[in-house]
Amino acid sequence: MTKHVVLVEDEANIAEAIRFLLGREGWRVETLANGHNAAGVIRAAKPDLVILDVMLPGKTGFEILAELRSDASLAGMPVLMLTARGQARDREMALKAGVSRFMTKPFANEEMMSAVRELTAGRVS
Amino acid sequence: MAEARLFLEKRSYRRRRIMDAVRMLPFLCTVLWMLVPTMWPTGTDGAAVTPLSTALWYVFVIWALAITASFALWRRVHRKEGGTETGTGLSDT
Amino acid sequence: MVSLNHLIVVCLVYVAGLFVVAFLAERAALRGRGSWLLRSPLVYTLSLSIYCTAWTFYGAVGYAARSGLEYVTIYLGPSLVMIGWWWILRRLVRIGRAQRVTSVADLISSRYGKSNLLAVMVTIMAVVGVTPYIALQLQSVTVSVSIFATPDLGAAQGEELNQNAAFWVAAGLAIFTLLFGTRNLNANERHHGVVIAVAVEAVVKLVALLAVGAFVVWGVAGGVPQILARIDASPISDWNTGGGRWTAITFLSAAALLCLPRMFQVMVVENDDERHLQIASWAFPLYLMAMSLFVVPIAVIGLELMPEGANPDLFVLTVPLSLGQNGLAMLAFLGGFSSATSMVIVATLALSTMMSNHIVMPLWLKLSDVGAQQSGDVRTVVIRARRLSIMLIIALGYFYYRASGGSGALAAIGLISFGGVAQFLPSLMGGIFWRGATRTGAVAGLSIGFIIWMYTMLLPSFGPDAALSAAVFDNGLFGMAWLRPQALFGLSGLDPTVHAVWWSLSINALVFFVVSIFSFPTPLERLQGAQFVNVFDHSSGPAHGWAASQGRTEDLMIMSQRILGADEAQAFFAAQALKQGLVAEPPAPTPEFVQALERELAASVGAATANAMIGQIIGGQVISVQDLMAVADESAQILEYSSQLETKSRQLSETAQELGHANEKLMQLSLQKDNFLSQISHELRTPMTSIRSFSEILRDMEGLTPAEKTRYASIIHSETIRLTRLLDDLLDLSVLENGQVSLNAQRVNLYDVIEQAVTTAQASSARQLEIRRKASAEEVMVYTDSDRLAQVFINIVSNAAKYCDALVPVLDITVWREEANVVIAFRDNGSGVPVEGQNLVFEKFARLGNGDADGAGLGLAICREIITRLGGQISYVPDGGGARFEVRLKDLQFDDETKLNFAV
Repeated sequence: MTKHVVLVEDEANIAEAIRFLLGREGWRVETLANGHNAAGVIRAAKPDLVILDVMLPGKTGFEILAELRSDASLAGMPVLMLTARGQARDREMALKAGVSRFMTKPFANEEMMSAVRELTAGRVS
Repeated sequence: MAEARLFLEKRSYRRRRIMDAVRMLPFLCTVLWMLVPTMWPTGTDGAAVTPLSTALWYVFVIWALAITASFALWRRVHRKEGGTETGTGLSDT
Repeated sequence: MVSLNHLIVVCLVYVAGLFVVAFLAERAALRGRGSWLLRSPLVYTLSLSIYCTAWTFYGAVGYAARSGLEYVTIYLGPSLVMIGWWWILRRLVRIGRAQRVTSVADLISSRYGKSNLLAVMVTIMAVVGVTPYIALQLQSVTVSVSIFATPDLGAAQGEELNQNAAFWVAAGLAIFTLLFGTRNLNANERHHGVVIAVAVEAVVKLVALLAVGAFVVWGVAGGVPQILARIDASPISDWNTGGGRWTAITFLSAAALLCLPRMFQVMVVENDDERHLQIASWAFPLYLMAMSLFVVPIAVIGLELMPEGANPDLFVLTVPLSLGQNGLAMLAFLGGFSSATSMVIVATLALSTMMSNHIVMPLWLKLSDVGAQQSGDVRTVVIRARRLSIMLIIALGYFYYRASGGSGALAAIGLISFGGVAQFLPSLMGGIFWRGATRTGAVAGLSIGFIIWMYTMLLPSFGPDAALSAAVFDNGLFGMAWLRPQALFGLSGLDPTVHAVWWSLSINALVFFVVSIFSFPTPLERLQGAQFVNVFDHSSGPAHGWAASQGRTEDLMIMSQRILGADEAQAFFAAQALKQGLVAEPPAPTPEFVQALERELAASVGAATANAMIGQIIGGQVISVQDLMAVADESAQILEYSSQLETKSRQLSETAQELGHANEKLMQLSLQKDNFLSQISHELRTPMTSIRSFSEILRDMEGLTPAEKTRYASIIHSETIRLTRLLDDLLDLSVLENGQVSLNAQRVNLYDVIEQAVTTAQASSARQLEIRRKASAEEVMVYTDSDRLAQVFINIVSNAAKYCDALVPVLDITVWREEANVVIAFRDNGSGVPVEGQNLVFEKFARLGNGDADGAGLGLAICREIITRLGGQISYVPDGGGARFEVRLKDLQFDDETKLNFAV
């Protein structure tokens, strides 16, 4: 069974890099360029992992995360959050909102991949 | 800031009583001057008319007494002040 | 017999003597000498004697000859008020000093929120009430002159002389008042010359009356028992004074002592030391008693000696004259002359202060439309206004005298005058004892009281068919019986004086009270009310000066005690004093202290209330300090009433508003500043993420296809360019902001610049944007840096392309000349910048919309810097429709010589 990830990222180049990295490990990557309907798509797709950018057109990553966490059917879905702002406040907010992992851009590819592996270790094998 | 203390020393107790007298004096004079003469007989009800000399005596004697009392009270307050600039007692209420 | 010439010489010598005394007193005061006398309680008490006018000097004897002992009520009322100084006068004097009050009108208006309406009302009422009284004084002088003159001259000549005498007396009094009444620039300064002259006259009239009295008792009657016997045998012997009249006139004269403008002048305004009041509390009744002691004997002897029909008002003169005592008669004449002149001088002084401060000056300020800033101007104007008022009032008195033809018994006019000014009483007493008294209440009470007084007392005094027709007397106004002037509401059978005093004052007081209860005072009224009623809490004791800071701390202390409780408040103040390094002293009202106190109070009553309360005290103090400065400048009241207060409060609210705006902007800016790092971090990290990720891919990944390698390398390349552009923008802005940019200014055609900008912007823009221009209007030469200007235009055009949210985006570019400028306006058909963002569009990182577009938000900030460097302006003009930016540049056609001085 193919591992499925929904990536919400408005920067096309960053999205492409992540898609390339995950694709090489056998992930099916579904990319959304804005936050408008992200929660709906994720709810429908029930992916193994969600990667969320914070600064998104339409809705911020925090808003999407809050929507996901309020849905019991999505409980336990790992969410990896990426931010380019890199403020401690964002990290706190994210952890409070129930994020699984929080990473600051720019990231090392290896760091990103090991985070993905750790987050999905128990769920997909 | 004068606090309302229960017991005052004798001096300031006296001063307050003098000020009480200062405050009361005009009322006494009002009664004596404004009310008493209006009750004098005017001869209409058969009683003897008050002669003018009696009325004069009455008014001026009270006048003199009021002035004397006012003067005496001023002297008392003045002496109590003792030439110091504080505690005139005039603003005590 | 004393010859007329003899009399005139004595009079002139006496008057000259008064001038000299007044002049010496002024000079001594100027040199700071003679204060042992000028500021003595004796002079204060004697100056109060202007209560005793010619009316009391001559008229009291006439009064006694007509109505027996009743005349004494005129003296009993004031004696009562003086003996009761502690209750009312002490308060009045303290308020007068603390508030720097200049007249009774000033006091009332100041109490009711510095209302100019009230000041004008009281002034007019005082003038109406006092003018007949001044006329009466002139009449008394001329009548007394005629006593001496008639034997010398025929009746016709005597009449002519009377008129002349009245005129010269009036002129002389005007000159004296002008000289010594307007000498001081400061209304609150003591008029030493006037006061000392009045004091001298007080002695003269007392001595004169006592001399005539002593002569009558011991010289004519032969001793006290004999005179008493003759009194009891006289036709006035029987006690027939109605209780109502006795009480009413005593009350009326007590009220008049408080309300008469001239009494207020000497008692409150000219008061130098509150302690003098307590001395006057026995000394002035003593003076009054001495003045009234021999009145009945003189009247009785006069009635016995003088022929039937002789004017009893002149017994003081005619009794000694008829007995051949010419010297005594002369002295009596000087006494009467003194009474009349001193009254006119002080009354004129008091009225003129009111008139110039409350009527002439406000009118002048309004008409001339001059701000009261130039203090020199105002001083001259104040002096002129006061002089004008003095002449006006004396002229009024003189013409009233001429018009009335010197009719009526003296006492009647005096009582009417008392009744008029007594109308101030409810507002005055309510104002200093009752915080609930309001301006509306005072206006209503005063008006109704004044109208009733006019209707029941003043107008009927002219007799039937003079001011009021006989029909009105008999049947009431409009035929309504309950409106009969001497039987209002059907209350007939009362003595007219009692009737008028009763109705006017009781309705006045009632209306004042009821309207006060149902109206709401303005904040200033409430503040003033508190300061007046609680004057002994707010001002320091009589022996202390009132240092502003100390007073302020005390006020704060009083207030905090009420809120925090005495112990806590004292502990807090002590701690604060200690913090300021003060021992056994109240803390200075420093901002820190006030702030701390405010916080302390806020804990009890909430922040807004605490702030308002402290603001009231601190703010009130600010007004007072301004007040004091203004008073020193003579024009305190005028400045306050007419402009300063309004301006001040307007300025204050404007400042507050500006501060609010500034604060808001600062908050936004600080928020932005806060976001600055976060923003710049985001803008830098985003391209770097791609660069790092793809470079790692290129470095680490095996087996990439050449196409992939090329693609990833080109991504890295383009992101690097993006990064560079961002850094360029930042540097550009920083350079522009620091003014280190060099501009390449030259004459360029605006059309070319716009053309270049539009082309560039359109080429790089993904979205189609229709641009409407008018080439002919753009043919304007400007002296500028064309590259920089194009940069600005490009930015605006690309912004329109990016942010215009219309389905078919259109940008109108219009160019026109406006004065010395060329204006280039860019207006799109989108929804524009939201209101809350309009102030911020030119700030760094202020991105329009909520981030669904790229760019770091530096563009417009750079534009603004560039245009400023180019000597122009760029602004966002909200015009209801889309976004509209306007760029203003200097128009070279307008001024070809202009060489812009670019900052380098």
